[in-house]
Amino acid sequence: MSMRSVMLLSLLLGGAFLLSLLVPMWPILGLLSQDRELGIGVLTQLRLPRALLALAYGAMLGASGAAIQALFANPLASPDLTGTTSGAALGAVLTAYIFGFSAPLALSLGAVAGALGALVLLLLLAGARAETGTLLLAGLAISALAGALTTLALALAPSPFAFYDAYEWLMGSLVDRSLGQAAFAGIPALVSIALLLRLTRALDSLTLGEEVAQSFGHDIGRLRRWVVCLSALGVGACVAICGAIGFIGLVAPIFARRLTGGHPGRAVLPASLLGASLLLLADSAVRAAPLGRTLPIGVLTALLGAPFFLWLVAHMRWRLR
Amino acid sequence: MSLLVEAQGLALPGRLGVTSITLQAGALTCLIGPNGSGKTSLLHALAGIGRPAGQVRIGGTDPAAASPQQRQRLLTYLPAAREVAWPLDARSLIGLGIPEPEYLPRVMEALDLAAFEDRRMDRLSTGERSRVLIARALAPRPPLLLLDEPAANLDPLWQLRLMAFLKTEAHANGQAALVAVHDLDLAGAYADRLLIMARGRIVADGDPEELLAGDVVPRVFGIERAEGRWRPVA
Repeated sequence: MSMRSVMLLSLLLGGAFLLSLLVPMWPILGLLSQDRELGIGVLTQLRLPRALLALAYGAMLGASGAAIQALFANPLASPDLTGTTSGAALGAVLTAYIFGFSAPLALSLGAVAGALGALVLLLLLAGARAETGTLLLAGLAISALAGALTTLALALAPSPFAFYDAYEWLMGSLVDRSLGQAAFAGIPALVSIALLLRLTRALDSLTLGEEVAQSFGHDIGRLRRWVVCLSALGVGACVAICGAIGFIGLVAPIFARRLTGGHPGRAVLPASLLGASLLLLADSAVRAAPLGRTLPIGVLTALLGAPFFLWLVAHMRWRLR
Repeated sequence: MSLLVEAQGLALPGRLGVTSITLQAGALTCLIGPNGSGKTSLLHALAGIGRPAGQVRIGGTDPAAASPQQRQRLLTYLPAAREVAWPLDARSLIGLGIPEPEYLPRVMEALDLAAFEDRRMDRLSTGERSRVLIARALAPRPPLLLLDEPAANLDPLWQLRLMAFLKTEAHANGQAALVAVHDLDLAGAYADRLLIMARGRIVADGDPEELLAGDVVPRVFGIERAEGRWRPVA
């Protein structure tokens, strides 16, 4: 990827971050002019954690999506379509019933365990280099199982409040999170992204097949374990705080590979920058939408992502003809 | 010719049992044998694929202890499968190893890639894809070349051109090239040395002409030469 592309993506990310802090603009400008201290409080206590969470979660989904797609050699692999996000959601809901939604450490551990379980199950079911059909079927089965168990957990909610908390959280939201919660999601996400970036050369070599990658001296078993564990750690930690947000991990790597000449491993960094920008922009869009109330961001990404996914499937089918 | 590669005790249960093999620098060695005789397993063992038992030394260096960057400067491996996981363009794919900038143009020219170097791999014919992957394997110009059926999928002219190029380059660069082939005449025409494998072991090692004229080929392959053509042993 050229320096120019990195600069452009960084500018896009910087712009999206600023936009996320300022949208909607008039209320915050009015507040700052009337009561500067309160205005700064709103910016730092409400909007900053939200923007930081969008940045970390989007970057994590992008990086993890790119790494998972490179590992499975499949452009349809992503944290949500492989069941990672649903596994994390199930883990978090089960943990929340025991410790409540205000125990971020327990919630994070539960979500990471759920995501890890889903990815390990996927590797066992679909194999390391799964064909598109097998991968989607296995991912669908895991998502369906995790979804059904999550619904069961909801049905057995200890109280209507617990049910409502879990339901709202499941739709995916960045609203009303604190800086502490942002740190709980952001730190594991940034550590995971930094470590995933160290695997780019090995992931690129998989383009030539596992045998050639091994002849290059890469330990494929270890590579697989790293990608699975880092994706589970980063995505799980973000899901624990913000709920499930879909399709960013599918879309960002696909566009990122256009900047890297198709190299799947090198796409981890641009996918991460793009994922963060996309989620920040989506979050600004849900706040700016004149709906009278804030749309859950997970709903918006699904509404935009699902047609893109359908287009991708049709495009692949056309190419395979 | 100096000794470049020494390997001992290469073993994969049920597939390979080679007690010792050496390869000389500046020589093209062809590896022949029936399907399932262990050719690919031997190439894998030398390339460090699949954690086989045994020890390999390339110019005195243990490739298993080398970093990926060092290892790519020691050896290259071309698998028999000509598929790639992502449809990169030919030039990007060749750059996936550590190509030697001074040597790359020579490889590109020898394999005549200029006409389609910007095209994506999924838009090339099988033969063109093969030539790109062979170029990727040769471009780093490492001392040890391990090539699994490089001539497969190529038309007769390209088979001859490729084998001639491999021989010239091995001699000129002081490389040890171990090349698995199925075409006995191709092996006989270009190899400096011939290895014949059967049931995971090297059963004959020597001058190609002598070995192809001897009794090993009929015993191992079940074919014999009669009236200038190979045919099943009567």
